[in-house]
Amino acid sequence: MDFLDLINFYVVPGIVLGSIYAFGAVGITLIFAILRYAHLAHGDLATLGAFIALAVVTSLGFSPLIALPIAIIATAAVAVGIDKVFYDHLRERPKIVTVMASLGIALMVRAVVQVVWGVDTQTYSRGIVRPEDYFGIRIRDRELYTIFAMIVLVGGLQLFLTRSKWGKAMRAMSDNPNLALLSGIDNKKVVMLTWIVAGGLCAASGFFLGYNTELKSMMGWHMLLPMFAAAILGGVGRVEGAVLGGLIVGIAEEMSVLVLPSEYKAAMAFAILLFMLLVRPTGLLKGKVL
Amino acid sequence: MELLGLVNYALFMAIFIGIYALLALGLNIQWGFAGLFNAGIAGFFAVGAYTSAILSSPAVEGRIGGFELHFVIGWVGAMLAAALVAWPIGKICLRFRSDYLAIASIGIAEIIRLVIKSEPALTNAARGISRIPRPAGDLGYMESQIAYLIIVLAVLIAAYVLVERQFNAPWGRMMRAIRDNENAANAMGKDVEFRRLEAFIFGSALMGLSGALFAHFNRSITPEAIDPMVATFLVWIMLILGGSGNNRGAILGAAVVWIIWSVSEIATDRLPHEYAVQAKYIRLFLIGLMLQLVLRFRPEGLLPEPLRGDQRSTKSGADH
Repeated sequence: MDFLDLINFYVVPGIVLGSIYAFGAVGITLIFAILRYAHLAHGDLATLGAFIALAVVTSLGFSPLIALPIAIIATAAVAVGIDKVFYDHLRERPKIVTVMASLGIALMVRAVVQVVWGVDTQTYSRGIVRPEDYFGIRIRDRELYTIFAMIVLVGGLQLFLTRSKWGKAMRAMSDNPNLALLSGIDNKKVVMLTWIVAGGLCAASGFFLGYNTELKSMMGWHMLLPMFAAAILGGVGRVEGAVLGGLIVGIAEEMSVLVLPSEYKAAMAFAILLFMLLVRPTGLLKGKVL
Repeated sequence: MELLGLVNYALFMAIFIGIYALLALGLNIQWGFAGLFNAGIAGFFAVGAYTSAILSSPAVEGRIGGFELHFVIGWVGAMLAAALVAWPIGKICLRFRSDYLAIASIGIAEIIRLVIKSEPALTNAARGISRIPRPAGDLGYMESQIAYLIIVLAVLIAAYVLVERQFNAPWGRMMRAIRDNENAANAMGKDVEFRRLEAFIFGSALMGLSGALFAHFNRSITPEAIDPMVATFLVWIMLILGGSGNNRGAILGAAVVWIIWSVSEIATDRLPHEYAVQAKYIRLFLIGLMLQLVLRFRPEGLLPEPLRGDQRSTKSGADH
């Protein structure tokens, strides 16, 4: 196998898959760092976002890429709503109780998807798309859009977190919640902003997975482990770490087929997760350990 | 005839309640005693079921196992195997907050599912392992159901007595001290990490035993025998509703939740086919909602954890 084949069959799909994981991992890392719990419903929220986009595509006839912003807004609203109704009142209790609640939410969100859209596999558009050839590297348009969207959205988020007042407030809550509260940061607004960002990115993650492959009601749940592996690999609380982690996990999963039977692709993320917890729990970019 | 059917159904249900009660007891050691979040219950259950199946089923061409050992050896093997799977996960994850264990246990359950589905030499892949001997299985139908129920109850009572003993023993008090205030327990010289590992392994072993009971009851085990997410979640809601930290609560919760779950299944099965599929997912939604409501309005469960734990000491304390 020559070098170009390696790029075309393993690295490019790996980067695309990695970008999809990165969307989710950024949300997970922000929730882990700011709200301080592991959010187990993240994958199923991504499924919901993907299916909301599908509803927009099939009912209004928009092209999938126009449906994406609508799905992002809707899923962000759902995420804020879930927090208000189910997580908010658990804030004073040990954080692990919220983790448990989020496992229940995962089941509920998935059940909603299964009742409304059924359990059959669906797609945004039919037909086979041929990849374009760029100097021997073959990429489909939708793969370029995925990578491009990841760079734009996460880059925008990074600007927001470093430059704007509320972004700085979010980072302050992540670094030292007591000091942040003492300096008059409005905790409620920070929590809401976190959910808007995480929910929106969830929708993008689910959407691009559906856009590049197909939509299934279990698609999000199966992304949960790689997304957590990516967040921990990059370092909890580090947005750029989550992107890096997502890309590494994505490429590792695609490359694993070279040495492992393809059934065990999903085991790669788990191996990375355990390995990082064993040797460097702070992650590559020195995040937090809760 | 109608009455006989009802009795048979009640027996069937009682056996399942016993099997789930064992799972809930195992989870109670992990969550109720030690505050460890295990979201991969179905994984340990499956390890136990398959281990016992491999040890006790007759030999088949092209598959490891078929040792035709006595079922008791199979059950002990199931506990050991589940404990063996739990050990490395606990070893790596228990240094951190329980969130990490939650994620890793989801992962291990997923890996176990993959192995079961894709290793024909070990688990016979999708077809599963059949012809697992059932203790007292050669009696008539009803007699053998009754006999198996007695065996399940005997195992459950033995497990309950042992776990309850530990709850009141210094070990149980120490576990709760670690759960409630890790730093203080550490300052008292308790080896927090090691004790948590103990609780995680004991709990997982009970889950493995429960899996073995399930496999021998069905006489066969396939990857589709239980839905991992639903089973894991049902056990969680059983423990939380029944009362985490209370062994009787865990068993009560198992009975209440399993009865609600099965009766609602009968109700939805009567619906016309086009609604029946949707009704299945609505049940899942409602069971998720039930957890949220219990967490919000009755977090201590139906039977709260006894405050002092050790009743004898409180009684003697009142005498002084």
